[in-house]
Amino acid sequence: MSVTSTLPEVDRLADELTPPAAGRPVTAKRRGPRLDPAKRVILYVLLAALTLLIFVPFFWMVSSSLKHDNQVFSIPVQWIPTEFVWSNYVDIWTRIPLLTYLKNSLFLSVTITFLQVLTGSFAAYGFSKMRFKGRDVLFVIYIATIAVPWQAYMIPQYIMMQNAGLVNTHLSIILLQAFGAFGVFLMRQYYMTIPDELSEAARIDGLNEYRIWWRIILPLTKPALASLALLTFVGTWNDYMGPFIYFTSNDLWTVQLGLRSFVGQFDAEYAMIMTGSVISVIPIVIVFLLGQRFFIQGIATSGMKG
Amino acid sequence: MAIAATRAPMRQESRARARRNALVGWSFILPNFIGFAVLTLVPMGAAFVVAFMEWDSYSPPEWVGFDNFERMLRDQSFWIALGNTAYYAAGHIPLTMLAALGLALLLNKRIRGLGFFRTTMFFPYITSLVAVAVVWNMLFNPTMGPINQFLEWIGVQDPPGWTTTSAWSMPAVIITSVWRDMGYYMVLYLAGLQAIPQEYYEAAHVDGANAWQRFWNITIPSLRPTTFFVLIMVTIASFKVFDLIVVMTDGGPGRSTLVLSQLIYREGIKENRFGYSSAISLVLFLIVLVFTVVQFRIQKRKED
Repeated sequence: MSVTSTLPEVDRLADELTPPAAGRPVTAKRRGPRLDPAKRVILYVLLAALTLLIFVPFFWMVSSSLKHDNQVFSIPVQWIPTEFVWSNYVDIWTRIPLLTYLKNSLFLSVTITFLQVLTGSFAAYGFSKMRFKGRDVLFVIYIATIAVPWQAYMIPQYIMMQNAGLVNTHLSIILLQAFGAFGVFLMRQYYMTIPDELSEAARIDGLNEYRIWWRIILPLTKPALASLALLTFVGTWNDYMGPFIYFTSNDLWTVQLGLRSFVGQFDAEYAMIMTGSVISVIPIVIVFLLGQRFFIQGIATSGMKG
Repeated sequence: MAIAATRAPMRQESRARARRNALVGWSFILPNFIGFAVLTLVPMGAAFVVAFMEWDSYSPPEWVGFDNFERMLRDQSFWIALGNTAYYAAGHIPLTMLAALGLALLLNKRIRGLGFFRTTMFFPYITSLVAVAVVWNMLFNPTMGPINQFLEWIGVQDPPGWTTTSAWSMPAVIITSVWRDMGYYMVLYLAGLQAIPQEYYEAAHVDGANAWQRFWNITIPSLRPTTFFVLIMVTIASFKVFDLIVVMTDGGPGRSTLVLSQLIYREGIKENRFGYSSAISLVLFLIVLVFTVVQFRIQKRKED
């Protein structure tokens, strides 16, 4: 029995056995009786008002970023700038080393996401598809730590990092965030929905465990991988406390730290602060809009973020 | 005799297979587990020890028993931070949950543009806290900010000073955090709502139950597991609030928004008083633990 000839069989089986829950959009299902027109109008008005409420801060942020400093606060509020000051978006790059900050944020987010997805999905296979002594105890320990606030152990962590000479290096944050229990938990929840018959069939066909993970489980759980990758990326990009504690030199700073420091130094340069805020948010908006389906699915599955 | 002779190798073989299985299983877990054990489990265990030590970066650590905790009882900042954390939690937890449930109920309807609305509601959550805090700080500007201009426009005589006054800084922080978090928990509620079998509602409809009765007798009880889960997540998040407060108010004005995580950071990382700050973090951990256990107990009792 050659491995290659049976693989299409396994693939077909995999397709048939793909759990309906995996990749199912959370809210696409239309349900309930049709609303009568009056109620429908009320509902839409309510939703429109809420949308407005949520968008106002964003709108104000973008609008202010295109004004002169002295026009940001005016009575009455000027929602559309009288004159569009596009130069803010040129000047900010020279006012603060924004490019360095963006590069640092990108480097950390990509590295941490890669490591978290890789080690998380690998460990999840061990936790869901292999049976051995101590497995469940170990998994319970993993879950229990998710509920412990980071603040509860960040001091000993800091002492360790200090002794290892890693404070004020990018490596410190990479090490701290790449091996989180969260990734293992999220992936394991998905893997549990994949029937064991699949891996057993592959075993009978002579695939070893590592190849089953690589050739069967990984391709089947692409939506889960995307969820975890997006959640980790956004979480790392937006993280403030970790970099705040560990990075003291300016050239290591992330966008969040750079923005915060700019606000502290030039608190009257309202327009430029808003320009920086807009630029810090844009990468996340793009990532979110590209993958929001996986994003929301991931949260609905695991109930948490990275 | 013959049977026993064949059984022994079989048992040996299955034992060998179990051992190989365990080896392979561990090899999957190990890459993550090494990092997890060294950087999470070890520090967690160490926190319990460090809390009972006098330790700074200049002198060797020394065992001092409960000294750090006694000092905490006398430390005014600790009590203020504890009170403020409780204040934040008391506002943030119920308001976020109500807003999230409300949004989910609105969106769990047959309407056009559902995806758009859902994305919109979720949007604040993916925005970085620094940007959120910076923008809201400006919106809350007491004299020129849009929020107070709006309040004056609807007839509020003397609108609050928000983050510039100690009485209103915490409400400002809570409003901002609810705005940011509600979309996130809404997603959880939506998933919970969609798991309720449609037949329940149809049956209730046939029995003549009105919308309110259906909500109280079907939706709320069916959502209990979701509510429980959301409650635990919001509680943990509330007690460890840090970023938003550091950027929005930095604990001020005065100490009016100083929270426990911030105190841990100040004492531990800034002042290098590792022992004392670990003692405070132990208290934070115990609070979260007690809340979680109590919520589990209540949930269990309701299920029985």
